[in-house]
Amino acid sequence: MSVVFYLIAGLTVAGALAAVLLKNTVHCALALTVAFAGLALMFLELDAQFAGFAQILIYIGAVAILVVFAILLTRGSETPKDGVFGAKPLFGLVTAAGIFAVLGWAVLHSAQALPGAGGSPTPAPTVTVMQIGNALMDRYVLPLEIVALLLTAALIGAVIVAMHEKAGAR
Amino acid sequence: MSPHLNPLTGYLLVAALLFAIGLAGALTRRNAILVLIGIELMLNAANLNLIAFWRYGPHPEALTGMMFAIFSIAVAAAEAAVGLGLVISIHRHTKTTDLDAMNRMKG
Repeated sequence: MSVVFYLIAGLTVAGALAAVLLKNTVHCALALTVAFAGLALMFLELDAQFAGFAQILIYIGAVAILVVFAILLTRGSETPKDGVFGAKPLFGLVTAAGIFAVLGWAVLHSAQALPGAGGSPTPAPTVTVMQIGNALMDRYVLPLEIVALLLTAALIGAVIVAMHEKAGAR
Repeated sequence: MSPHLNPLTGYLLVAALLFAIGLAGALTRRNAILVLIGIELMLNAANLNLIAFWRYGPHPEALTGMMFAIFSIAVAAAEAAVGLGLVISIHRHTKTTDLDAMNRMKG
């Protein structure tokens, strides 16, 4: 584990914590962008260049902007008087802590069985965008078409759901 | 740092932590948009797992984990669009995004 990994991991986790804990919703969206950027850096650190830049384009460029738009359109930046957390925050915290404990226990106890446990560094896989494109057009062409259909249907559906209804049209 | 912590373990632990943070946010926040933010964090933690296993797995040239992560990113984008559209639509009807105040599905 290099120093770079710890820096990026700290940045990502801090961004995620801030996104969940901050009171002002706009600040939450900005912290979420920091977490997304940290995850993109992690993808680059894992030699997955295409996924890293796709993460930057899609999450920072599209999803974060969409979240900011939704916050501003719903006036969600006003902090509610009775707190930002729901009726039973302890229940959610205990559930999340329990799941993290189980996941962390499983990861640490299977550390010897995981690939790369011998301590020898795994050579970085050389994957070019051309290989990814060939795989998308060849072996994964059916999932690609299904995702295209899903995205079209989801975006048209989102526009229809969020569209203004004319007065008396209901 | 401990000698037995191999790189894959580090990434898996970070992913588990991100998933737990996202789950805590989705379960405890009142604002529907913040719940969606928590869900996005959980999806991203799953993507990190996929990419980490692709990188350190035995056959990275098969591109399986990479493809799964790319498709997962696309589906998450569709989910975010529909979810935020629903939040805006609900806000237009009820003038609130507080989940504790939403108790009916009729418009």
